Formats: sequence, structure tokens, C-alpha cells
Amino acid sequence: MTTTATPTTSAPPPTRRAVSALAEARHLSFWAENAAPIGLVVLVVVFSILSPTFLTLGNIQAMLVAGAILVILAVAQSFVITTGGIDLSISATMTIGAVGFGLAFQAGLSFWPAAVVGVLSATVIGVANGLLIAKGKVTDFIATLGTLGVATGAALILTDGKPISVFSPELLRLTTGRIGFVGYPFIVALVVGVLAWVVMFRTRYGLHVQAVGGSEEASVANGVKAPRVRIAVYIWAAALAGMASLLLVARIGAAEPAINTNYLLNSIAAVVLGGVSLSGGRAKIVGPVLGALLLTALTNGLTLLAVSQFYQPLAVGLVVVLAALLTRFQKR
Amino acid sequence: MTTTVPATDQGVDLVLTAENITKSFGGVHALKGASITMRRGEVTALIGDNGAGKSTLVRCLSGIHRPDGGTITLGGERVQLDSPLAARAHGIETVQQNLALVEDLTVWQNFFVGREITKGVGPVRFLDRAAMRTKAEALLGGLAVNVPPVTSRVRRLSGGQRQAVAIARAAGWGSSIVIMDEPTAALGVQETARVEAVIRKLQDSGVAVLLISHNFDQVLRLAQHVWVMRAGLAVAERRADQTSGDELVALITGAKAA
Repeated sequence: MTTTATPTTSAPPPTRRAVSALAEARHLSFWAENAAPIGLVVLVVVFSILSPTFLTLGNIQAMLVAGAILVILAVAQSFVITTGGIDLSISATMTIGAVGFGLAFQAGLSFWPAAVVGVLSATVIGVANGLLIAKGKVTDFIATLGTLGVATGAALILTDGKPISVFSPELLRLTTGRIGFVGYPFIVALVVGVLAWVVMFRTRYGLHVQAVGGSEEASVANGVKAPRVRIAVYIWAAALAGMASLLLVARIGAAEPAINTNYLLNSIAAVVLGGVSLSGGRAKIVGPVLGALLLTALTNGLTLLAVSQFYQPLAVGLVVVLAALLTRFQKR
Repeated sequence: MTTTVPATDQGVDLVLTAENITKSFGGVHALKGASITMRRGEVTALIGDNGAGKSTLVRCLSGIHRPDGGTITLGGERVQLDSPLAARAHGIETVQQNLALVEDLTVWQNFFVGREITKGVGPVRFLDRAAMRTKAEALLGGLAVNVPPVTSRVRRLSGGQRQAVAIARAAGWGSSIVIMDEPTAALGVQETARVEAVIRKLQDSGVAVLLISHNFDQVLRLAQHVWVMRAGLAVAERRADQTSGDELVALITGAKAA
């Protein structure tokens, strides 16, 4: 063997990368990879032409606050979907978190201990999901559908179906406080997004999440503890849903026992828009965050244009189906 | 349990001894008490028909399957290989037939998944990507053939390149035993020759290689010792220079008794 090895590993210089990006724009795969940012820009342009209020500071602030919850849920869902799973219980888990917080607060706990109770009660659902899927070998779809039902029922039973009003200065500060012009809820979501990115792409755990999603068999053969990785991913998703529930309670001013399925569908939609394949293995964090913002902008814009509420799910549905069709042209 | 050491093994430096290994999957008895040995510094071939139990035995040695019964001894010390990590800790590396590569990950990620190099303080640790890339490049470069960039995804590599990645990964950890399951089954003539060169190189560096192969010419070219499996048992062993392809075929089919 006398061939001299010349590993060509250096990445192309930035200028050449920009040129090749332009060249790629002619291919469908370019649009598929970047559906979320492109869609977001298009929506912003279209809505700002159609409605003078869309790009005002006040409306942007409102959108970011409204989008914060969905951003957190999308990040959580993205982790689960990267392992090749799905969490259908994510929105019901958020409700459990809200109810747990509300009941603890009602029982006389102050904000922070009650918040811990809320996050922990949401995490219980995640533990159940993880154990059912990784140890019980129940299909993710069925397991989380089951816990969706259980969590929905439990929330109604625990509260007798009535919302728990919560008046706390901390919650008020959470909704109204801001740094610069960005409200606290979006800052929380942004911090979650950045941490999630670091965990996914810069830590051993993140690499294992991608590996298990890509090929569980190969990962296990290389010593990755796949069941543990899966359990952890559902627990993290539920804990994040618990965190999102605090933003939800802060926003409504009450712990609502009724679940909002919109959050479930939109969290999955945001991940799909973000270019993550539902078969797992290819991780993305920025894409799903932009996808969540896109869906928020879409809902907000349609409201500003006085389009009937009835059209909003329809619009979201169309956008998601379109994005899913586009992902077929992603480069593997 | 009395262990009868075959006459040929007396006075030989054995690096691995597996005795009476049994393994069943439901009602299927894949291994019915197979015993093999590997000698230090040699390439040992494991041959047999499809379903003879070669892959199951290999999976027991690489820690993927836990044997139902039997003992595995490494350099005189009895060991439990309960997981791939345990096997690795004992210096056994395996190149699986399916290569055990995650196609969605890059070459360097595949090199290090499961034993990442990290940096950081205390429990806060981050992947040392630069170090892993450099090391993967060096290990792969040692093979010196048609080296793919370590940043490319495995999905984009050719069959030969994937094989090279898997072998370089297995060889690169200071292991004393490397197990290869049909390393050249999917390769063309040229790439097969390159992989065989790699196997010789491994042997020269003192690594004992267990080679599963269907190709008798290859077995006789590479191996010094041959074990024949049939119906879940290791039925015969031969020195490679004292046997022939015809005899091996007869042993595999059972036309000739051990």
C-alpha cells in the first residue's frame, strides 16, 4: 500500500461557500433545507405589506411573547423527534405542569416552590413516557397517546374542571418584564433554545441522541445506552413542557385544566417546518425555533388581517403539508 | 466441568479461549456448546455454512449477546462480556457485518460515538471536536487508501470506504483482538486486496484477528489457523498450511468428520 493519503477535510472558505449556496438555490433541496427561514421572511414581507401594524414594535413584542411557549415546546419536540420518536402528550404534559403549579400555589406555596412542583409534575409524565417506550417497548405513538389521555383526564379530575386563578407578582413580572424591548418569556425561550443547541451539538448526550435516532442498532453496538438516551429525551421534553406551562399560566393568569391541542400540533409542525425528518437521526434546533416563530407570525398576521379564526388551522395545516412535501427533497 | 484442551493447543500461547458457549433465541439453539481458541499474533479464521452459528458466536465474543452458558477466557483470565463496552475494556474490538455505522453521522462522529473525547471542568463537559477529528484522520490515514474526509457523512461513502472506516475504528483503540465478520463480502477485487493488506498490517502489529469469511482462498491466504462450525458447534480445527479448500468444504458440509 503505497498510496499517499491526502485527506481532504478542510471546509471550503466562506466566499466559496456563499457562491455554492447561490448555486444550490437552483435545487429544490436548498428550499427544503431552509423552509423555515425562507417561509418566515416571506410571511413577514407579505404581512407587512398587507397590514401596517404587523411590523410595529408593539406587535413584534406581542408575537415574541406569544411565540415563546411554542418555541420551547418545539425545541423539546425536536429532541424527541431526533431520536425517531414523537411526543403526542407534550401539550397535555404542559397542562399537568400548569395544574400542578396552580394547586401548589393555591395550597399556599410561594412562587418558586410552586414552580418547582409544576415542573416536577410535568416531568412525571415524561418519566412514564420514557419507561413505556424504552423499557416497555411500546410504540412511541401509542405510549404518548395513552399518557395524553391520562394527563388530560388527571388535569380535569385534579381541578374539578375549573381553572385556578393565580395572582403572583412574580408571574406578573414574567409576563410584563423585559430586557430592552424583548419580553422575559421570549428571553426564557431563547435561553432554552441556546442551551438545547449546545446540548445537542456540543455534548456527548446530544451526539448519542442523534446516533440512536440514526441507527439504534449501530449505536448500541458502539456502547451507547440507547434506552437511557430515550428515557432522558422524554423526561427533558416533559420538563421543558413544565417550564412552558409557567409561561402559559403567566400569560392567562390562571392554571387552565383544559388542554390546548393547538400546541401539540403546532409543536410537531414547527419541527417539520424546521426541516427535521420524522424518521430521526438528523438534529436541528434553529430550524424548529424559526418554524415556531413562523407559525406564530402566521397566526398573528391572519388575526391582524381580520381573517376569521376558522381559517387559522387551515392555513397552519397547508403550510405544514407543504413543508413536509419539501422535506422529501432534502439531501440525505 | 472438565475442560479438555485439544492436543494441538498444548504449549501454545492462547490469547482467547471460548468453551462450551451456548445461546438460544426462543426455540432456536444457535450455539450448542461451541469451543474455539485464538493464538497470539495469528489470524484465526472461523468458517461454516449459513446458520452454523458463526455470527452468534462472534456476537457473544463482542459482548452484543450474552451467552446462556460457557466460559470465555482471555490470556488466562476468565471474563464476563456483558456489553460491547465490557468487551472493549478487555481489548476486543469488532467490525460487525453491518459495520455498525450510523449513516446520518459523520465519519469522525462514528469513530468516537460511545467513547467521545471531551473537555471541560468537572461535570460540565463538551465534545472536543477538533481532537476527535484529528485523531480520526490519523487513524483512517493509517490505512492510506482512498481516504474519505472525516467530516463527510457516512451515508455518502462507498462500500469500501465504509469498510475502511469500520476497520480503522476497530483497529484504532490499542485492542489486542479484532473480530471481523465478512469484511470483504461486499467489496470489489481491488478493495478486497486493500482490506486484506489492512488485516496483515494488523497482524504484524501484534493484534490477533478473528476472521469470519466464506471465501476459502481468502482464509487460506490470510489465516494461520481455521475453525470450522456446523450446526451450532465448532466441529474441527486445522492449521491453514496443513489443509486445503476441498477439505474445508468437506468439513463444513459434514461430508468429512472432524
